[in-house]
Amino acid sequence: MSSQIESHDDVNDGKTPVRTGDADGLPETREHDPFADPGLPAHKPRIQDLDERAAKRSERVVTLLFTVSMLATVGFILSYALIPIDAITYIWPFGNVSPLNFSLGMTLGLALFCIGAGAVHWSRTLMSDEESAQERHPIEATPAVKAAVMEDFRKGTEESGIGFGRRKMIRNSMFGALALVPLSGIVLLRDLGPSPEGGAPLRRTMWEEGTLIINENTGQPLRPEDMVVGSLVQAMPEGLDLHDHHFHEEIAKAAVMLVRLEPEDIKDQQSADWGHEGILCYSKICTHIGCPATLYEQQTHHALCPCHQSTFDLSDGARVLFGPAGHALPQLRITVNEDGYLAAMGDFEEPPGPSFWERG
Amino acid sequence: MKKLSVRRRHPLAAFVVLIFALAATGGLYAALAPAGEAKADASETSIAIEEGQKLYAVGCASCHGAGGQGSSDGPTLVGVGAAAVDFQVSTGRMPMQQPGPQAPTKPNIYSEEEIAQLAAYIASLGPGPGVPEASAYDPSEGNAAHGGELFRTNCSQCHNFTGQGGALTHGKYAPNLHDVDPKHIYQAMLTGPQAMPSFPDAVLPPEQKRDIIAWLTAVNTSESPSPGGFGLGGFGPVAEGLFAWTFGIGLLVAVAVWVAAHTAKARKS
Repeated sequence: MSSQIESHDDVNDGKTPVRTGDADGLPETREHDPFADPGLPAHKPRIQDLDERAAKRSERVVTLLFTVSMLATVGFILSYALIPIDAITYIWPFGNVSPLNFSLGMTLGLALFCIGAGAVHWSRTLMSDEESAQERHPIEATPAVKAAVMEDFRKGTEESGIGFGRRKMIRNSMFGALALVPLSGIVLLRDLGPSPEGGAPLRRTMWEEGTLIINENTGQPLRPEDMVVGSLVQAMPEGLDLHDHHFHEEIAKAAVMLVRLEPEDIKDQQSADWGHEGILCYSKICTHIGCPATLYEQQTHHALCPCHQSTFDLSDGARVLFGPAGHALPQLRITVNEDGYLAAMGDFEEPPGPSFWERG
Repeated sequence: MKKLSVRRRHPLAAFVVLIFALAATGGLYAALAPAGEAKADASETSIAIEEGQKLYAVGCASCHGAGGQGSSDGPTLVGVGAAAVDFQVSTGRMPMQQPGPQAPTKPNIYSEEEIAQLAAYIASLGPGPGVPEASAYDPSEGNAAHGGELFRTNCSQCHNFTGQGGALTHGKYAPNLHDVDPKHIYQAMLTGPQAMPSFPDAVLPPEQKRDIIAWLTAVNTSESPSPGGFGLGGFGPVAEGLFAWTFGIGLLVAVAVWVAAHTAKARKS
């Protein structure tokens, strides 16, 4: 046993490479056996191995590279300390760049590159390049070691009481605990299932009867005379502030865009009736996966979604012309209140935004 | 004379005669045609409108109709205003070179005076936005940060976050706003050229238009600072990642291959 452990350090079963080549690198056994292992080729010297002056030169090159790296690091620290952070300089061919960014990047890059280049040059020209083969050992442990480990394991099982010992209660309660833990994960899958209130929060938005339509640019309520034919306004419901806690939750459902068309260009009668003198108010949340579909072409009245190119015809009730969207963009019924402002006549008739489980 | 009559049946003879005839007709017309006379009693504006109408009849009427009422080939110009004419003609978009989904910019062949005359004529057809004052679009007076916010609300869906432009449907596109004259940006917002919707002053007040111009001047001109250099089109992390993965890692692989391919041995084999 022990002799086997000692001996496999230098096992040679005829499969490991042995230096057999002569000076030309041709194996001796070639004539006899066409498939013989050629072994490693004979070592060839480098210029640096033959010529001491070349070796000195290599040494100087490597030292120079490392020195340049040191200088670059000093340059990095100096640039950091000396160059103002807001300076802008024209540097060809990069354009009007920050000289601080530029010199920090250049010096750090040079410092790292010179370390790498120096190391590569050093190892290729000066370090020993004799190839040496290392023997491979069997992976398997010796029977004696295997037996000892198995014996230890058996003893451990016995002492801990799992299976054969007296304390079966511990073992069974542990099995119970391990079996129950995954249940937490399964309970969380409930969130993928039906929405608690039948999707009610997804069906409601902030729009109600009489809610004013606020121009997002000015923060003021819109009047119909503000919009000329061909114009586009991004708008939101009155009473929503960017700093509200629920701002994002609400704007994600209530965001609208208003466009003004020549009334005779509107093909869908219901759509025209829901607008005001050619002003139509549509949800801008794409019914595919909810990107803002506001790439509006005023000549064709098409609104395009930038994410998957769903195209809606705003002159025809926002019918889907192209793309993966499954529904038309919901239209908000609008009117003009007694003060002359545009106002909603109620919430959307159908839920805005992407489809969900209960929407149908 | 005999030489000439010998060659009268030469295949090119007809062309030569034709060229001489055309030259003679043109020369006679230039010499004898009555010169256009300005009416002495007309005010400066009505002269401009009259001159503009002549230019309109030559360059625009074939598509927009003899009186600017529009046709199947071009929209009506009644009420588009002087700003629309100034934008379309001085950027070279109009007159359009050939029918297509969108009129691209091209070198403008009209003088400033001619554009003003055209604009005066179109403005006389119906009320519309006029050419803005220089102070209205002076980027140095705008608030670039606020303009960035407004740009992202109103413009970035088509023109991208720093005005790099983007594709629309059926061959139309939102152009790149790099180095566009602030005056033209202002006029485009005001009038809504081609597929672009308009943003009248009641919707986007003039100070906000100036803020947007200040923003574009800060991010998308040849003089705009680009602290990192190599903006790669300003499209964001996707373009930058692609560049790093293909060119950065490609360069590392190439260097590694080059190092390994060059032997350090004294005798090359």
